[in-house]
Amino acid sequence: MRMPAPDDGVIARRREIIAALRAIVPGEGVIADESELRAYECDGLTAYRQLPMVVVLPSTTEQVSWVLRTCKEMGVKVVPRGAGTSLSGGALPLADGVLLGMGKFNRILDIDFANRCVVTQPGVTNLGISNAVAHEAFYYAPDPSSQIACTIGGNIAENSGGVHCLKYGLTTNNVLGLEMVLMDGTILRLGGKHLDAGGYDLMGIVTGSEGLLGVVTEVTVRILKKPATARAVLIGFPTSEQGGDCVAAIIAAGIIPGGMEMMDRPAIHAAEDFVHAGYPLDVEALLIVELDGPAAEVDHLIDQVAEIARSKGCCYSRVSTSEEERLSFWAGRKAAFPAVGRISPDYYCMDGTIPRKALPLVLHRMQEMSDRYALRVANVFHAGDGNLHPLILYDANKPGELERAEAFGNDILRLCVEVGGVLTGEHGVGVEKRDLMTDQFDEVDLDQQQRIKCAFDPDGLLNPGKVFPKLHRCAELGRVHIHKGELRFPDIPRF
Amino acid sequence: MTVTTVKPDSAVQAADAVRWALSEGTPLDVAGSGSKRGLGRPIQTACTLDLSGLSGVVAYEAEELVLTARAGTPMAEILPMLAERRQQLAFEPQDLGALFGQPEGQGTLGGVISCGLAGPRRISAGSARDHTLGIEGVNGRGDLYKGGGKVVKNVTGYDVPKLMAGSFGTLTVLTELTVKVLPAPEDVRTLLLAGREDAGAVAVLTAALQSPYDVSGAAHLPAAVAARSHVRAVAAAGGAVTLVRVEGFGPSVTARVAALTEELGADAVLDRDESRAVWKEVRDVAYFGPSPASAGEGRGGGDDSRHVWKISVQPSEGPRVAESIRWALDAELYFDWGGGLIWAAVAPTADSATAIRGALGTAGHATLVRAPEDVRITAEVFHPLPEPVMALSRRVKESFDPCGILNPGRMYAGV
Ligand SMILES: Cc1cc2nc3c(=O)[nH]c(=O)nc-3n(C[C@H](O)[C@H](O)[C@@H](O)COP(=O)(O)OP(=O)(O)OC[C@H]3O[C@@H](n4cnc5c(N)ncnc54)[C@H](O)[C@@H]3O)c2cc1C
Ligand SMILES: Cc1cc2nc3c(=O)[nH]c(=O)nc-3n(C[C@H](O)[C@H](O)[C@H](O)COP(=O)(O)OP(=O)(O)OC[C@H]3O[C@@H](n4cnc5c(N)ncnc54)[C@H](O)[C@@H]3O)c2cc1C
Repeated sequence: MRMPAPDDGVIARRREIIAALRAIVPGEGVIADESELRAYECDGLTAYRQLPMVVVLPSTTEQVSWVLRTCKEMGVKVVPRGAGTSLSGGALPLADGVLLGMGKFNRILDIDFANRCVVTQPGVTNLGISNAVAHEAFYYAPDPSSQIACTIGGNIAENSGGVHCLKYGLTTNNVLGLEMVLMDGTILRLGGKHLDAGGYDLMGIVTGSEGLLGVVTEVTVRILKKPATARAVLIGFPTSEQGGDCVAAIIAAGIIPGGMEMMDRPAIHAAEDFVHAGYPLDVEALLIVELDGPAAEVDHLIDQVAEIARSKGCCYSRVSTSEEERLSFWAGRKAAFPAVGRISPDYYCMDGTIPRKALPLVLHRMQEMSDRYALRVANVFHAGDGNLHPLILYDANKPGELERAEAFGNDILRLCVEVGGVLTGEHGVGVEKRDLMTDQFDEVDLDQQQRIKCAFDPDGLLNPGKVFPKLHRCAELGRVHIHKGELRFPDIPRF
Repeated sequence: MTVTTVKPDSAVQAADAVRWALSEGTPLDVAGSGSKRGLGRPIQTACTLDLSGLSGVVAYEAEELVLTARAGTPMAEILPMLAERRQQLAFEPQDLGALFGQPEGQGTLGGVISCGLAGPRRISAGSARDHTLGIEGVNGRGDLYKGGGKVVKNVTGYDVPKLMAGSFGTLTVLTELTVKVLPAPEDVRTLLLAGREDAGAVAVLTAALQSPYDVSGAAHLPAAVAARSHVRAVAAAGGAVTLVRVEGFGPSVTARVAALTEELGADAVLDRDESRAVWKEVRDVAYFGPSPASAGEGRGGGDDSRHVWKISVQPSEGPRVAESIRWALDAELYFDWGGGLIWAAVAPTADSATAIRGALGTAGHATLVRAPEDVRITAEVFHPLPEPVMALSRRVKESFDPCGILNPGRMYAGV
């Protein structure tokens, strides 16, 4: 993985750039001291590290606007950053770039129960929003596992999801409005407390754009009333095929669970050893199906789910009878990553989506790869929406293992695309999967996406080196090559 | 002007057609079933690109919750296919045939997504954009490209499919779409409350939507509108009617209706058939259609010359906005989306746009959905955007269609 070569000319002007930033954001808002810069050298993808040239921590939209405008004028690259929990290296700094930390945007601005929305600054954590409305039994639906730490701004940039997403949607389905700043300093407002922003769905393209199109400075999100009840069933299967069949049958029966997660044997064992959730240890696949809604609905559906599981050959089934028991079912799943961390010095968490029917094939091929690379793999899986999280176990201290783990991970993602899926279901492309983009998209597809980038940021200064394997100049992408008369006349029915 | 119609029967031909148009400098009128000349700002093009030849469902797997179809596939083919597997397009695509005095059941998947419309379930299930997962199409440069994917969860690259929804064919000629499908509810009931004025009704709808009972429709019909319903219980209520819809599995619907009745009160509960009928009327703006006798008589109003506006507003502002529209204009209106969507039929005047957008202020946006062509030539059909957003929208248009070949000016001048 190579980042674009730093521009020595920019680095040579470092002092001048820092002075310009200090004129906008006073005092401790500009960090230039090497030991303090250390804290920002990587995000959740710790394999890649880079000290930023300087960190700036603005606290108002106007400051963000001035910072961006100034950077644009001086030809300086900017990397936005929320909490730095990205697992794909989206917030990885650049040696010749400014790191724009949004941590000071940490206030909730308006809680509007009547219109069922919250207006917040982007640096507020995902869980912070739910907590702020919990007293009226409301919550914000998308729930990435990192929700205690990750910011809503980062969630917008990554279009984050969690176990609730099958039923309640991803970030993009829960955002009503944005204020954002373009690289030239322009401040824009899209949408608001009403539905359907009007005009092009710019909010739709900004959500999930991984900090490449603009810096989000304010967010309006939809909040929902908490379901009256939630209950879960724990279901074990002798084979992963049966587990997969059960998931398909539940959906075919018209049931969309609030959460539907699957673990394979290695993940079950690691989780059980760690939290003692009471998981069965003699199954190949364990499914947690959670149903939420009015009690009458949950009771009705939970019986149906148990019945479907039986018909698909489950060898273990337990329905939660108390809130405590339900939470204990989840405890193992939620601790699956750290649990795997205990059985291996290091692990690499992958993230790809497949059509669910391809699950048996994908698991099988993954096992072959595991043998070939001589690395173990444990699987947790958002079974409802086909989002896989293979955890590749390795030891960074053993020469060559990290590289092998990465190669293994890349093979898994290519396999996801090969069976009709995509490279990433929730963690984003970042730097991690950047060079695999050509496996999913051809050059024409990527050129069109990069032209969209040009509409927002014609100089390519915002978070370059992420998402797209090749950096293009906008002028070159903009040329239209068709001239009158050059075209062979198409053979199309005409009237 | 002689109008040529080009009718490709493959995506590659569609790309050829756009390249040909580009080389000739001839803008294209991009049409699905082609029945909707009355849409958006009128445009003048010498060539129509008719996509009805790109038809057919490519893949439908109920368990995967996705359907892939060629863009010209008639909705009339897709909807029954989904119904057979007890699934649906959860955003409840509208059928505006009734509003325009045209036959119902027209329209293609490409047209529906391009128009980005959604029905009453918008409040719980989202809009067309929320269900658009992947696209293939031809941009204004003649490049055949794809965006998004064919699985329900995907964050790989920019979410181009979202941008297509509601872009009215100005960015890309869609050749294939992948949409998310969801189980259709097993049952449906509707609470009916009679005799509320607007503000009180919207307060009830708000309470319903704040409840944990998954309300999937929340509408208020003032007396004159309710009187036009074909559902007897609604028309016979003898005044304004407030409607709250509950959908899902049988036992769940029963329990939720009971709980809501307890909390909100109800003068009646509409059964399954009545519910389906009344929400179809609400969805399709049937109340403002020409009278049944004149159905099919021309576009843009039939015997009903009133202009129809679609107004999106934050729900709590709905009654205030409605009040000021009524004060300024001879208008009849009703509320959907818990008060967040106002459909207004106004007597034709020169300045209805000014009055309506003035009433809105910055609280939302308004689109002129039905008016004769000469009105739509001069009026801003789509809500004017703040200058920085407009400038960005123009650049986005250019990034797809630098020469302005696709539906030029249909949404905004220069876009
Ligand atoms: C402001 C407004 C006005 C409307 N006016 C009318 C009307 O007068 N009559 C009526 O019946 N309905 C109208 N509608 C509703 C809407 O047109 C229908 O709901 C829709 O289903 C039409 O489908 P169609 O296939 O016939 O599309 P068409 O009428 O052929 O096209 C509708 C729009 O979608 C675009 N489009 C269609 N197919 C593609 C494609 N494959 N790729 C890219 N773009 C495509 C077209 O360029 C056009 O902008 C209106 C809606 C709005 C918001
Ligand atoms: C233990 C763990 C579990 C996780 N589980 C999940 C999960 O279940 N689901 C999931 O989706 N993700 C998960 N993640 C990944 C990560 O938490 C999400 O991607 C999250 O949205 C990142 O938010 P952040 O504030 O940390 O952003 P950062 O990591 O700081 O930045 C992420 C990206 O967003 C951009 N960005 C940040 N703020 C802004 C802004 N205001 N304007 C514009 N761009 C901005 C950055 O440039 C970068 O590209 C997990 C991470 C960890 C460490």
